[in-house]
Amino acid sequence: MFSRRTLIAVSLVGSMLIAGSAAAQTLRIGLAEDPDVLDPTLSRTFVSGIVRTALCDKLFDIGLELEIVPQLATKWEWTADKQGLVISLRSNVKFHDGEPFDAAAVKYSIERHLTMPGSTRKRDISAISGVEIIDDHTAKLQLSAAFAPLLAQLAGPAGTIISPKAARAAGENFGSHPVCAGPFKFVERVAQDRIVVERFADYWDNDKIKIDRIVYLPIPDSTVRLANLQSGGLDLTQVAATDLDTVRKDPGLKLAAVNGIGYSGISINVANGERSTLPLGRDARVRQALELSIDREALNQVVFNGENQPGNQWVSPTNPYYLKEFPIPARDVAKAKALLAAASAPNPVITMTATNNPVVLQTAQVIQAMAKESGFDIRIQAAEFASALQLAAKGDFEAFLLGWTGRIDPDGNIYNLVTCNSPFNDGHYCNPEVDRELDAARMVDARAERLAHYRIVAEHILKDLPIVYLYHGKWLYAASARLSGFVPYPDGLIRPQGLQMK
Amino acid sequence: MTAGIFDTTSTGAGERPWRLALRRLARRRMALVGLAVVVFFIAVAVAAPLLAPYDPLATDWRAVRKPPSPLHLFGTDELGRDVLARLIWGARSSLMAGLVSVSIAVGVSVPLGLVSGYLSGAVDGLLMRMIDAMLAIPFLILAIPLAAFLGPNLTNAMIAIGIAQTPIFTRLTRGQVLAVKHEDYIEAARAVGNSHRRIVLRHILPNVLAPILVQATLAIAAAIIAEAALSFLGLGQQPPAPSWGSMLNSATHFIAQEPWMAVWPGLAIFSLVLSFNLLGDGLRDALDPRGG
Amino acid sequence: MTTFLLRRLALVLPTLFFVSVLVFGLQQLLPGDAALALAGEERDSAVVAFLRQKYHLDDPLPTRYLLWVKGVLAGDLGESIRIKRPVRDLVLEKLPVTAELAALAIVIALSIGLPMGILAAVKNDSAVDYAATMVALWGRSIPNFWLGILLILLFSVEWGLLPASGFVSPAESLSRNLATLIMPAFVLGNAIAAVMMRHTRSAMLEVLSSDYVRTARAKGLSETRVVLHHALRNALVPVITLGALEFGELLSGAVLTEQVFTIPGFGKLIVDAVFNRDYAVVQGVVLCTALAFILLNLFADVAYALVNPRLRG
Repeated sequence: MFSRRTLIAVSLVGSMLIAGSAAAQTLRIGLAEDPDVLDPTLSRTFVSGIVRTALCDKLFDIGLELEIVPQLATKWEWTADKQGLVISLRSNVKFHDGEPFDAAAVKYSIERHLTMPGSTRKRDISAISGVEIIDDHTAKLQLSAAFAPLLAQLAGPAGTIISPKAARAAGENFGSHPVCAGPFKFVERVAQDRIVVERFADYWDNDKIKIDRIVYLPIPDSTVRLANLQSGGLDLTQVAATDLDTVRKDPGLKLAAVNGIGYSGISINVANGERSTLPLGRDARVRQALELSIDREALNQVVFNGENQPGNQWVSPTNPYYLKEFPIPARDVAKAKALLAAASAPNPVITMTATNNPVVLQTAQVIQAMAKESGFDIRIQAAEFASALQLAAKGDFEAFLLGWTGRIDPDGNIYNLVTCNSPFNDGHYCNPEVDRELDAARMVDARAERLAHYRIVAEHILKDLPIVYLYHGKWLYAASARLSGFVPYPDGLIRPQGLQMK
Repeated sequence: MTAGIFDTTSTGAGERPWRLALRRLARRRMALVGLAVVVFFIAVAVAAPLLAPYDPLATDWRAVRKPPSPLHLFGTDELGRDVLARLIWGARSSLMAGLVSVSIAVGVSVPLGLVSGYLSGAVDGLLMRMIDAMLAIPFLILAIPLAAFLGPNLTNAMIAIGIAQTPIFTRLTRGQVLAVKHEDYIEAARAVGNSHRRIVLRHILPNVLAPILVQATLAIAAAIIAEAALSFLGLGQQPPAPSWGSMLNSATHFIAQEPWMAVWPGLAIFSLVLSFNLLGDGLRDALDPRGG
Repeated sequence: MTTFLLRRLALVLPTLFFVSVLVFGLQQLLPGDAALALAGEERDSAVVAFLRQKYHLDDPLPTRYLLWVKGVLAGDLGESIRIKRPVRDLVLEKLPVTAELAALAIVIALSIGLPMGILAAVKNDSAVDYAATMVALWGRSIPNFWLGILLILLFSVEWGLLPASGFVSPAESLSRNLATLIMPAFVLGNAIAAVMMRHTRSAMLEVLSSDYVRTARAKGLSETRVVLHHALRNALVPVITLGALEFGELLSGAVLTEQVFTIPGFGKLIVDAVFNRDYAVVQGVVLCTALAFILLNLFADVAYALVNPRLRG
């Protein structure tokens, strides 16, 4: 219908229209949803973190193996009683407003995270009882009790240091124009449309920054996000496992992937209200039968084209804290049936709650089909995200298919989820020995010692199965072939250092 | 005369006007095509257990997202289920979404409109302000929180759509009542001593039926699309049960690689909705006293 | 005329009251705890308590309703809990976007509906009439989110002609602004083209059989001139006034279209806010759109009455 020449001419005009924005090395990154407030103390969404990574540096950062590396802090040392952390701060660092970065700023920021009403960082660093300024470039964090995960927390949003002058001036509205010490400074934000940041000339690590501007574009529909990438409207975005084939076939795009730190699993109501009195909640054998009915490899294959990582613990098999003595059990329908018979519940009826997200529902359906062979009759109840949260908290569920975004330190993936009365322990599982071991694992920082404690925890958890861990998501990214230097990190944050557009 | 074509007293028994309308309808080929397609889909929906080649819920891990083949005529979906089977069974959900929601709407609004139009006065004023308020809120914006409030599943989606469509039917009914209320024959019936209820049911209601029927046909079309829209947002029919809307929803993620998953439910929705629209259009022309 | 206008205006207030109750109820009765939903994954009980206290989420419903209405009357529509910005600012920011989208959609609807309607009226009851009906109806028969995705795949991915999503303001670049809006406007306009066509057809049919046109024909004017010059001009008034009422349907369609094309307008704002339980945003935006719709209705009634004095009684 169109002559070849017309098509080329038209495509050229089209790409000029689109490329018009790429004049001065601009990088366009797609986000899965519109971030909430950008204030590091108040922000509650994951995508906010992606934007803040460009704007704000933290005391520490992580490497690809989840090891702690310096960022705004250069050296650190625990005191002998492990209840104090002395941090040496980097010199010649400025905030976006020109103010100097110093120990006073660290003290201000940490206290803000701890005391500001509505702060979502308080629990992360509640172990800190005070911050002492030793000198301009040295600060000491005083802890109320030894807390090994502290460094990991300070490599997360709780370690973000903001400009005290700007924060005091803006008060509650700091989030509408954050001022930090990161490689980019805030330019503008149009709600649900875009967030624009531009290069900060006085960034301490300027050599690594080769981009002048970043525009973050929230595009919730994954098909449309991919379409944007293919047509040149985006340069980098996270993609779903099912999009990978399309990306691989497109010569203008390339793929990058890394194992994530979160997990997806089935949380079971074992003691929260009357819905826990069903066989599933009452008897661990029924839960074990459920686990044995699921073929995690096949699940991964069908729903994610094999791209994610099957798992059976709260950290992934490639994580240094994975306990190799508890490998992923293979599917065993016969054993599952035997367990159900022993528990006098040969055909348990289970209502599985799942958020009404296509991938989650697909996973639920696969589990439903697999468990049917063992005799389970699983009914899927789709719930909207906001309602689902409340249902979980109230105990109005039997089995809940959900995910945990993951924390750098393994403690973050288990402590608040299985200890008695902890905030995310919706199933109200409570085992004092598990609590003791998890508390102990927090107070030591040698890996071997912590593993010993986690081993005992696993012996209980993997038998009682308050959570049936299923898989660990990978961070999958598709980028324009013109983008070089992109390294995906396990925490899913997009670091601008090293990125360059040809 | 401003009365509708079904003016029972002026043309005697109601039979002849219906026949006249039917004859007019028969002459409109497009409407007949629409009717034929609608009947076809209803037949498919009713005969689903006999027609479907597979169980629409039967998953098959080895046949995930396969293209059309002799084994699976329309291909398979993301869980290895046969698309044709799901399409056939999905006809039930989509048709129900249309028919049930409109029935709810009509069932609630016709009595409301009759009462409101007949009684006038404060009752009418109050009711109309409430109806106006519902009309002032765009349809989907009313339906989404309603569906979210009731919970995501097909039944609640139908209720939400039905409620959201009530204002239009109420207004329509009331308008017809007002148009007919002061006619001579109504006055005469009143003078003779007929009770209000008899007047409303015997003399006014038949005049309301024609425009309601037209609007209902068009509303069914809109309801089927609304169910697809709600499914797109995750609020309609939930998996694993098939409905064309939810099939479209999952298929949009695979549209580049496996277009057959999206093409068939899309075509199905399109043909069914277009047919209802053509039928409604034809009915409107046939029942319009002024039309050609 | 003035009594007619005053009477109509007087009806607006109770309607608005019911709208406010309806939209408030719809939001507040949604299941799920707003504080919990907006507290994020952390679910820190201190944060939840803080949110509850700050936004009066524990107060009884009537109190909350009165607080809200009091604010509205003073011009304060509340604040988006999620991004901490006043709803009024969000409304002022998003309104022009959806307005532009709606305007373009109406232009497209008219460019399809008007010619089709004229053709159908002039060639009444023929094959052309049927064909025109089909063309106008197809837009109403296809789910708009699906059409949107298909268009994106064709025009953006396959041919690279138009941006797949996003919005550029006309102040920044008019050509890019139109490029981002043309596909969503087409999807929206397509859906109401059938209604426009219907209105045009019936209005034209009525005018074409009127004395005025018969006189024009008797005077020997060409048929084209009669149709386009005399008939159309008179048919346009009811078409436009009835078209104003399609505003509600446009907004309804905009909800999904803006979602698919990521246009930062009202529709997208509302959907996201409903799912995030961002109460104030939904209430404020719906109240504004309802007010706009009611005023448009009023305008249409007045315009219609001006043309048709019989209706003023």
